[in-house]
Amino acid sequence: MTTPIITRPPTERAALPLTTPQLPALAPLLAALMAGGLALLAGLLLAWPWVAMVVLGWWLYLVVLPTWSLLLEGRRKAVDRLMTGLVWSTFALAMLPLVSLIWQVLVRGLPALNGQFLTYSMRNVIGEGGGIYHAIIGTTLITGLATLISVPVGILCAIYLVEYSAGGRIARAVTFLVDVMTGIPSIVAGLFAYALFVLILGPGVRMGFGGAVALSVLMIPIVVRATEEMLKLVPDELREASYALGVPKWRTIVKVVLPTALSGIVTGVTLAIARVAGETAPLLIIAGATTSVNWNPFAERMATLPVFIFSSITEQGRYPEAQTERAWGAALVLIIIVMSLNLIARVVGRVFAPKTGR
Amino acid sequence: MAKSIDVSDLDIYYGDFKAVEGVNMTVKARSVTAFIGPSGCGKSTVLRSLNRMHEVIPGARVEGKVLVGGQSLYDEGVDPVAVRRQIGMVFQRLNPFPTMSIYENVIAGNRLNNKRMKKSEADTIVERSLRGANLWEEVKDRLNKPGMGLSGGQQQRLCIARAIAVEPQILLMDEPCSALDPISTSAIEDLIHELKSDYTIVIVTHNMQQAARVSDDTAFFNLKATGQPGRLVEFNSTRQMFANRTRRPPRPTSRAGSAEPPLGQGVTSASSR
Repeated sequence: MTTPIITRPPTERAALPLTTPQLPALAPLLAALMAGGLALLAGLLLAWPWVAMVVLGWWLYLVVLPTWSLLLEGRRKAVDRLMTGLVWSTFALAMLPLVSLIWQVLVRGLPALNGQFLTYSMRNVIGEGGGIYHAIIGTTLITGLATLISVPVGILCAIYLVEYSAGGRIARAVTFLVDVMTGIPSIVAGLFAYALFVLILGPGVRMGFGGAVALSVLMIPIVVRATEEMLKLVPDELREASYALGVPKWRTIVKVVLPTALSGIVTGVTLAIARVAGETAPLLIIAGATTSVNWNPFAERMATLPVFIFSSITEQGRYPEAQTERAWGAALVLIIIVMSLNLIARVVGRVFAPKTGR
Repeated sequence: MAKSIDVSDLDIYYGDFKAVEGVNMTVKARSVTAFIGPSGCGKSTVLRSLNRMHEVIPGARVEGKVLVGGQSLYDEGVDPVAVRRQIGMVFQRLNPFPTMSIYENVIAGNRLNNKRMKKSEADTIVERSLRGANLWEEVKDRLNKPGMGLSGGQQQRLCIARAIAVEPQILLMDEPCSALDPISTSAIEDLIHELKSDYTIVIVTHNMQQAARVSDDTAFFNLKATGQPGRLVEFNSTRQMFANRTRRPPRPTSRAGSAEPPLGQGVTSASSR
């Protein structure tokens, strides 16, 4: 037993080691397998439901891998592995409802989609057949009108706040009110629109335009907020460059500030549209429900997709299966509309975005 | 076309804070005047008051007189927009309009002011301005590419081309080279020499050598202490100011002349930044 005595120069001994022990690259996988196996075993033995097993496995993984790492790699790496595990698992948790929702809607809604479903209304339809043409038209008209009302109001309000108010008392009051408006429950917005039109046109009024007013109450604060943030991001240097060329303020705003912020504003507006396109409660109150096509938003009831879904599920009558299938189909169409709006916003945003390439 | 600037008893405030006091100077037409001094002494503030850009900042105001070619800038009824059309400005930060191409950037001053012009007319202005800014040869093949795609020095020359496209009488430059490398700086300095024959140029710079190289007259600003207003300490021809340092400093033009720091000290403290 003669171990050679290695003597090193003091400088080399004082130097910090650059390599430390490391877990194998497969360590997370091994830990996951181990945690999963343990959880499965415990779950089967104790006859737990599978949710409990998943939770136990998740918890075991978060204990096993950091502990292993702590023993071998040290504290910093162990914390890193714990946090990595937490971040990934919460990400998966957040994606779970989204993915399962889209999956469910696709599976149940796709069978309902066909030419008739998209081009027929529900007028005189009992049982099978019929479609959501009337609701698509209603949603498009009402949401479009709401956009027409709230985009100019919202953008002009944001321009006032950012460009003209200089942080005065009115600006602070407006910002506060906008914040309050963001939190208004949608049913209250519907009641507001209903009360407004009852004052003007008498009780029992039902019209699509009222729905548009209710939706714009919900939309305006979102548009104001999004536009305000985007306008604040436009550097003051650009405004000054424009002033220095002898360009008046309003023209600077229209030709320099707004185009520079346009992509962000478009995104904000589209998100606002997507947000209100699925609103049910206010439309239930003021736009009502109908089975017929109504092209006139200023008279009579108007069907919309969310209200159609709601009433198909709640008033199933003698043909619950047909009603349910139509509800899922309408839900799929609504999701497709909202998603394509988002895609359009991305494309538009990219087209208008400030160009930096050569 | 170029005009002279007479400044008398100029005090500048940001709200209640007096940033600059008692500035008197005369900037000659068709010459380059450099403003030098330590940071925060009010050089840029004075420069911005020369085309009423100062009041863009909320709460900022000016007392005193600024005459450009004999016309007062701060009289009642003077439209700041009209003033800025005659007195162009180039900034420290490179600020081409990001949504516009090179061509649109140059013609922006005309387009944004809604001047109707023929395509050929606009082409002429763009070419003349870009040639004036020594940028034409480098960008003539890619006029429709975004202005942000140019290098820093090219972007600054683009900004100069944009400023001279509206044919101002005076060109104010606020540290135009501080973000640029020596080669681009030298290109801009050459350009300043050329522009001098047509424009009155006022340039703020932190670079003593640059002031000595490009300017005919130099104004030295300083402040007694932080929180005190900045003052014009000396205004003189550049040759005198930079060459005769061993002699007694010339009499300051500022009114409160007794409490100045010695000239040499002031200059070294500024140049050591």
